[in-house]
Amino acid sequence: MNEAFFDKKEYKPLDRVDGRLKVTGAAKYSAEYPLPNMAFAVLVGSRIAKGTIKSIDSKAAERAPGVLAVISHLNAIKVPGYQPKGEHPSEPSTNGQPLRVFFDNKIVSNDQPIVAVVATSLEKAQYGASLVKIQYIKEQHKTDLEANAGDAKLAAAAKKNPKSPTADYDRGQKDAFESAPVKFEAEYVLPTEVHNPMELQSIIAHWEADNKLTVYDKVQGTKMTQKNFAKEWDIPEENVKCIATFVGGAFGNGLHNWPHETAAIIAAKQVKRPVKLVLTREQMFTMVGYRPRTWQKIQVGATRDGKLVAINHQSIGQTSSYEEFTESTLMQTRMMYASPSVSTRYRILPLNVATPIWMRGPGEATGAFALESAMDEVAHAIGMDPIDFRLANYTESDPDKNMPWSTKYMRECYEEGKKRIGWKNRKLKPGEVRDGEWLVGYGMGTGTFGANRGPATVHAELDKEGNLVMHCAITDIGPGTGTAMVQIASNTTGISTDKITFHLGSSEFPNAGLQGGSSTVNSVGPAVLAACNALKEQLITMAAAKGNSAFTSAKPDDLMFNKSELQLGGKSAKTTLADLFKQNNLEKIETTNESKPDENRNKYSMNAFSMHFAMVHVHPFTGQVRVKKIVCCADAGTIVSPKTAESQMIGGATGGIGMALTEDAVMDHRFGRYVTKDLGDYHVPVHADVPDIDVYFVNKPDLLADPVGSKGLGEIAIIGVAPAIANAVFNATGKRVRELPITPDKLI
Amino acid sequence: MDKNKSNKKPEKEDHQESRRDFLKASSILTAIAVAPATVAKAAEYNLGEKISAAFETTPVNLTINGVKKQLPVEPRSTLLDVLREQLDLTGTKKGCDYGQCGACTVHVNGQRVLSCLSLAVMQEGKEVTTIEGLAKGDELHPMQKAFIKHDGFQCGYCTPGQIMSGIACINEGHANSKEDIKEFMSGNICRCGAYPNIVKAIQEVKNGGQKS
Ligand code: FES
Ligand code: FES
Repeated sequence: MNEAFFDKKEYKPLDRVDGRLKVTGAAKYSAEYPLPNMAFAVLVGSRIAKGTIKSIDSKAAERAPGVLAVISHLNAIKVPGYQPKGEHPSEPSTNGQPLRVFFDNKIVSNDQPIVAVVATSLEKAQYGASLVKIQYIKEQHKTDLEANAGDAKLAAAAKKNPKSPTADYDRGQKDAFESAPVKFEAEYVLPTEVHNPMELQSIIAHWEADNKLTVYDKVQGTKMTQKNFAKEWDIPEENVKCIATFVGGAFGNGLHNWPHETAAIIAAKQVKRPVKLVLTREQMFTMVGYRPRTWQKIQVGATRDGKLVAINHQSIGQTSSYEEFTESTLMQTRMMYASPSVSTRYRILPLNVATPIWMRGPGEATGAFALESAMDEVAHAIGMDPIDFRLANYTESDPDKNMPWSTKYMRECYEEGKKRIGWKNRKLKPGEVRDGEWLVGYGMGTGTFGANRGPATVHAELDKEGNLVMHCAITDIGPGTGTAMVQIASNTTGISTDKITFHLGSSEFPNAGLQGGSSTVNSVGPAVLAACNALKEQLITMAAAKGNSAFTSAKPDDLMFNKSELQLGGKSAKTTLADLFKQNNLEKIETTNESKPDENRNKYSMNAFSMHFAMVHVHPFTGQVRVKKIVCCADAGTIVSPKTAESQMIGGATGGIGMALTEDAVMDHRFGRYVTKDLGDYHVPVHADVPDIDVYFVNKPDLLADPVGSKGLGEIAIIGVAPAIANAVFNATGKRVRELPITPDKLI
Repeated sequence: MDKNKSNKKPEKEDHQESRRDFLKASSILTAIAVAPATVAKAAEYNLGEKISAAFETTPVNLTINGVKKQLPVEPRSTLLDVLREQLDLTGTKKGCDYGQCGACTVHVNGQRVLSCLSLAVMQEGKEVTTIEGLAKGDELHPMQKAFIKHDGFQCGYCTPGQIMSGIACINEGHANSKEDIKEFMSGNICRCGAYPNIVKAIQEVKNGGQKS
């Protein structure tokens, strides 16, 4: 059955299925549902980073025209799920207790939402918010990571469970580094970065009845949101509906339900109208998470001929005082290279700041900056080509888990990437290549991310005209989930893509996890596959029951659609769908199928891998860095949607350019407040910053990971890009920048 | 032209302050100052909505996507908020509200304008085109088609602004080379990073003969 009689169609580039909606302005994002009688809420944030609220003078605001309510801890209705002992009913993927908005007078971070002004129009709410006067009792705050590094601690999860990914890890010999012939040691700093998707975080909260809540919410998980708010409001899950049909980017900041969402829900309950709440760009820096500032120290021991002996890697990342945010900063250090001895120490530092949240390539992107920079530094120290150095330490199996890889095609990536970037033009010695007055440098960095997979369910319906309609609760924050699923369904059935529809982004649809951790195609894809095969099974049974003997022993894999005709093993089955439905007196058939990870996960280490190459120009006098070319190579398993996958890689590389060269949320620690709090001061890459980006996919299926053969793409698109650029800058200039971003002042 | 170049940001703080001052001077404060006590009282009892609407709005005549309209708008309302909140033309996006991202780009009298930095009342008599006004019935504008063909987007949120800007970029004569396009499109941020594909789309439309 595996080797089917027919060739499964290759996955071809397909225009985005929701492209037309997006280019005509018809796609509706969460703030764009025109409900009758809508009210608008604007949040007022605290002006101190730690302390208590002494008083709130809301009289003027309450009197302002159109203001319906001024809501704070003083008058907010009781959220039934809030527990008095600091407990929050929702279960964030971070440990700890999410902030309970409007619960008490405590201030735990600057710009914490403390008042909502609700009015009949946005302008009126904004004006009302400007009239609220708040007095504070200030306490001394701590917001500076480096200054407080001594207070860093082991995460609670690691204390409880020594097998936790954030627990201390040692393999090999303890003092291996000390006795290595070549010893390298350096510290690296990644500043706080902010997701800053183009769509501001928005929610419309609508109590359709006293115990029935609908939210149009910018989230990465509709089911997560449904569960969390059901708990928070102590109502049955089925009474909460979360709609997120279109999400204007998120990059991780929709993996958590945030205080502003609850604020809008409270407001809607209190004014008895639907309430729309859209954060301001400043609030995007303080209310919906960020990539935490992280300090790292790495020690690499090697032999003179380029064999790794030991890697010791430690990191301290900041978190809030109320939630324990952790990420897998050090995980790839354990498995990327064949070092006999490896130690990792992961610490978090609670500060008086808001909670961070995973940002694209979470943890790994941070860790890869240190690891892949260090690999480059060691190669340079021993006079070796950094690719040869990496290849000399290539791992044929996972040295951390002691398991074989499900698949790993990194050698192909090294070869192809070298060719495409023009690695042969690179000189071992920095500063040797020029183009006019510009210094030219080449660098590369690798990345990896777990080929994650979770359970997912898809409902599918096939009508007699051959239209296939599917439903799943998964969201699409931009990668093109609908397009990918339509391609999987078309590939499995032979039904043409224009006859297939994939509905997503509603908690009303069958279960799916979060769109995060590069797990969507790997999780939902198999459910699409299962549903398609179940439909085929039904058709086979129907045909066989009507005496069509060709179908008696047929398997789903044998059956394909060729327009309206059915084919078995690549040959006409001499029947059409319409006939079959007619014979059985049916209008449509349907099925609901779940697909789950299998036991292969206990036998193999499953990872996607990437390799990014950069060619940069650096101006010797101004220190300006221009990225001239990027080549991204990915071993991500099967690429089911080549067109959108390429875009996803380009997008990740673009994020990596920002990480390497411009992005830096700078905090003034005297106040614990960001000074870069909008897109004018926090620089994300713009058109002029981004060169041609050349994408290569190995495109070999990993059928141990999941039946679609995909290993995920979103994260590896960015992991390794920043060190590739940093390494290229070093190759151009001989200057090593270990604190991102690489701004001109660091080069001159 | 500067308005759409991100490297040259307007002095944001100054600009914000002046807008705020203008808003304050123009609407609420005046309204409250001249309002009889009963009106202030009514506002307290949530009748404010209707009364203040009568007080605070001023009619403005606009042609939006070819349709003439007379709208009551508050003097402090931006064109962006009027489009999105009053007219339900939500294709025009709000990405920052400060003139820093380009998501709100529309055409006013054929020129690209950041609608978040434009007060609606100041558009009296002008022609506004939004993303919703580009297609002729089912027939998409060539730039819309080119965006689909070259996958010039991912999440789609910056897309209306990119498309409006892209069309203007060609009309301004700023699409003669890739470098030129990148420079004159740099006021339109795409966090998903669809830039190279957007540039390809604009190049194709330019080469396909959209006049410059
Ligand atoms: S919303 Fe107008 S430029 Fe960002
Ligand atoms: S497509 Fe998402 S911001 Fe441009």
